[in-house]
Amino acid sequence: MTNGWTDIKNTDMVLVMGGNPAENHPCGFKWVIEAKRNRNAKLIVVDPRFTRTAATSDLFCQIRAGADIAFLGGMINYALQNNRIAHDYLVNYTNAAFIVKEGFKLPEDGLYSGFDPQTQTYDRSTWTYEEGNDSGGVVTGHPTTSATPLPPGAPKPLPPLPGKVAYDLTLQHPRCVYQLLKQQYARYTPEMVERITGIPKDQFLKAADLYTSVRKDGDMKKVATILYAVGWTQHSYGTQIIRTAAMLQLLLGNVGRAGGGVNALRGHSNIQGATDMGGVFDIWPGYLKVPNPTDTDLATYLKRITPTVSKPDPWESFNYWSNTPKFATSYLKAMYGDAATKENDFCFNWMPKVDRNYSWTQIWDNMYRGSVKGLLAFGMNGVAIGPDSQKNIEALKKADFLVVGEIYPDETSDFWRSPGVSADETKNIKTTVYRLACAGFAEKDGSMTNSARWLQWKNAAVPPPGDCRLDQDIVAQIFLKVRELYQKEGGKFPDPILKLTWAYSDAQHPPLAEFLKELNGKALADLTDPKTQVTIKKGQQLPGFAWLKDDGTTACGNWLYSGCWPEAGNLTQRRGTDDPSGLGVYQNWAWSWPANRRVMYNRASCDPSGKPFDPSRKQVWWNEAAQAWVGIDVPDFKPDSNPKDHMGPFIMNPEGVARIFAPLAAFADGPFPEHYEPIESPVTNAFHPNQSNNPVVKKMKTAADKYAGPSDGYNIICTTYRLTEHYHYWTKNNPMNVQLIPEPFIEVPVELAQELGIKGNDKIKVTSIRSYYIAKAFVTKRIKPMMVDGKKIYQIGIPIHQGYRGIQEDADRDARTILNRLTPTVVDPNAYTPEFKGFLVKVEKV
Amino acid sequence: MELSRRTFIKGAIAGGAGFSLLGFDLTPAVAQMRELKIARATETRSTCPYCAVSCGVLIYTIGDKAKNVTPQVVHVEGDPDHPINRGTLCPKGASLEQDIMNPRRLLKPEVRRPGSDHFEEISWNQAIDEIGQWIKKTRDETFIEKDAQGRTVNRCESLAFIGGCTDTNEFNYLVVKTMRSMGLTYIENQARV
Repeated sequence: MTNGWTDIKNTDMVLVMGGNPAENHPCGFKWVIEAKRNRNAKLIVVDPRFTRTAATSDLFCQIRAGADIAFLGGMINYALQNNRIAHDYLVNYTNAAFIVKEGFKLPEDGLYSGFDPQTQTYDRSTWTYEEGNDSGGVVTGHPTTSATPLPPGAPKPLPPLPGKVAYDLTLQHPRCVYQLLKQQYARYTPEMVERITGIPKDQFLKAADLYTSVRKDGDMKKVATILYAVGWTQHSYGTQIIRTAAMLQLLLGNVGRAGGGVNALRGHSNIQGATDMGGVFDIWPGYLKVPNPTDTDLATYLKRITPTVSKPDPWESFNYWSNTPKFATSYLKAMYGDAATKENDFCFNWMPKVDRNYSWTQIWDNMYRGSVKGLLAFGMNGVAIGPDSQKNIEALKKADFLVVGEIYPDETSDFWRSPGVSADETKNIKTTVYRLACAGFAEKDGSMTNSARWLQWKNAAVPPPGDCRLDQDIVAQIFLKVRELYQKEGGKFPDPILKLTWAYSDAQHPPLAEFLKELNGKALADLTDPKTQVTIKKGQQLPGFAWLKDDGTTACGNWLYSGCWPEAGNLTQRRGTDDPSGLGVYQNWAWSWPANRRVMYNRASCDPSGKPFDPSRKQVWWNEAAQAWVGIDVPDFKPDSNPKDHMGPFIMNPEGVARIFAPLAAFADGPFPEHYEPIESPVTNAFHPNQSNNPVVKKMKTAADKYAGPSDGYNIICTTYRLTEHYHYWTKNNPMNVQLIPEPFIEVPVELAQELGIKGNDKIKVTSIRSYYIAKAFVTKRIKPMMVDGKKIYQIGIPIHQGYRGIQEDADRDARTILNRLTPTVVDPNAYTPEFKGFLVKVEKV
Repeated sequence: MELSRRTFIKGAIAGGAGFSLLGFDLTPAVAQMRELKIARATETRSTCPYCAVSCGVLIYTIGDKAKNVTPQVVHVEGDPDHPINRGTLCPKGASLEQDIMNPRRLLKPEVRRPGSDHFEEISWNQAIDEIGQWIKKTRDETFIEKDAQGRTVNRCESLAFIGGCTDTNEFNYLVVKTMRSMGLTYIENQARV
């Protein structure tokens, strides 16, 4: 979230799309209701199903699953056509005025410039800014209409962004970002929106008019927010859906403001924190890019990943990521301590280097192919999660060993006796499976980071039952065992294992508080701030990331968390309920990254002169007397940057401004989002039938990977979802939740049920080309048939929660099939998230 | 001062004695009134482990804190002081007591041997010893120091770690720290799916 749960009460307008917070985040959704009650905020819900969130809305649009970019692109077009835009915000806080290099081409035919059909990738060298100065409205060159041919030979590394960007503050230059944006979304007319999304034109226009009404006549007082969840991420163009939302918010000047922003509701309790910690293959803690093999030494790596300023000459750009060398070096010092010295490049080459995709679906694909031989799964049920659960089961059959750390028996640890595996087959499954009894949430202390970026410390209430062990003890003990074996026996490249810092007070049972202190970081030498003459003594906790150094005198496990445990102690334990501004900031409740800031980019809540757009919702402002930014929140800005220096508010971008146009390597599939069809879709792309899908998306190629279209007889769209009474594959072990929703069901539109002769409670079978799923039919008016591009389309919805281990499952009271047997293994090219939403099935009565 | 919920409850109980002024004596009734189940319980602040709203919850346990006494969870409820959930919980959070005390919990380490049709008990020492050996053997057999072009990569592509999204930041940091030190490239969590 750019903002936070309690901040939603400040909004005037809410768009919920790709999420269903009334059912999936009920205690957070109350803040939408507060805004409706107290501010007369309006709520627009766009979803394939009439959800309980939709039931509280002022306007509901039923959308075809996967057509989100068409809807949002249509909104952008509507805002531009009707002058519902934040003009000054756009010119000063985004790259709308930047001029794009000649040779860049928009995807009228579905392809941006630089596409190579052989490799299915883009040469992105034309996706950049023109070098130069103020064009003052003078036109040089024209938009390109044909693709730039690719130069022969291997792809070259991309040139950096120009330091001085050509720009046109009148926004008239035909290649300025604003004009390209207009051109790109001019195709997204209300008629096209209707053809693609299935939302009738008049309904769409109502939604577009209502949402953009916050910027009626350019007035900047009102604010709109967007809330989304995995209904957006789980598509083969999911990242671009979210980008379209961000662009719409920038166009309307809603980012950085109380009651605004782009807000990922997020699923798991610590999905935010786990990612902040680098728990995914492509980042180190704090979103530092992982090194690749071209990074022969630390200097090369830091040069590659540290952005350089790229902006109009007279403007300022803070470019906060220019501190990357401090963050990365301090991380290496946290990893390797005294072993990491300037002379040995702080052990940089001890860190694994990657040059391809090692994401979730690749783990299972490569296990299936035999190269991944061992898997450790802690609190993650990979078989049930899928996609294509059966492929994951087949993969596990080929592994040497599997370690599962869980509190309940799950589908993954029982894969070798999953339904359909015969006794004979079990004998031939050679995988050794360790099932380790872990501790539940109430048995562990530690901090978790919610979607509002609040780190909240919890205390342990009870010890783990029986012979269960704390998860952290188990992983520590496994590591220490491996280290002991390398000490005794030697082996391949043991140094990184032998020299990893492990100075915890109890090595076998490391206290989590000591890890949080390590995350915050400490001084390894006396440090003095030359400006304030404040000194931090060697060994003391750092006050925040501004103190980090790139010379090895600081150690910090995660720069973003620096400040959470200064010398004063553990700030994530704070429970101050004071909120003097009444804006739901709660500065003294827990601690929020970065730097205890609650609303990100909050400099953008002020006009260029530093005055709040809405005086009744003052967050930060420029204090001329103090020559400083002050406010009720921590300013997300250089604290002493005078507004007349025109520093951009988006300090994490080298441009200093937000990116309407995302240049170079930012995205794999285009600097603007374009509508593509899901990999399995009942229709072809209405914009460019010859390029229906996202051109850079690759299908998997093992025998288990199958994809179908309507010509194969699959023509009903299936989407997956979650229920308020259940949590993933966890609460099927919990008597109360099982009483509430005892068995799986399939939501089927009344019209489809009539066509197929299905009544409520009939057992039905849903088949995709990969597998089938059996459950009772729940015949519903919540999903209506739609007209998409002149074709009558049915959608069905299936909750994900059941499997083959659980209270009902073990009592043989349900079909014991896993929903994700149906879903395809195909991923978004930026975030590598699988397309769980919107695949094709057949439906029949059993 | 604002009247907190807890002082209000205390006040309400104490107020019971005052009713004797009404002309009949309530004392025996008050004396027999059952004490609140949580009156002598230890209150522990925790966070709901389910979705990313991260509602504050209060876990009440009873036990005299003696070394050989295991505290018992007697009640779980939403934390009324928490700025986001303000005491409320959803149907999942409301059943957390059953998640903490659940007869389906795994209580000991087990192993399923190759070809076997059942799990068997294993001691923790034995399990950790075997897992350590598996990791070392697999890593030693497959570790890649240089890629095809002779560039240093120092990675182990044959082992994978998944999970952590319902566990703490500190646990996740520990996982990434140890797994990266062993050269793992396949480290993934629920954020991806």
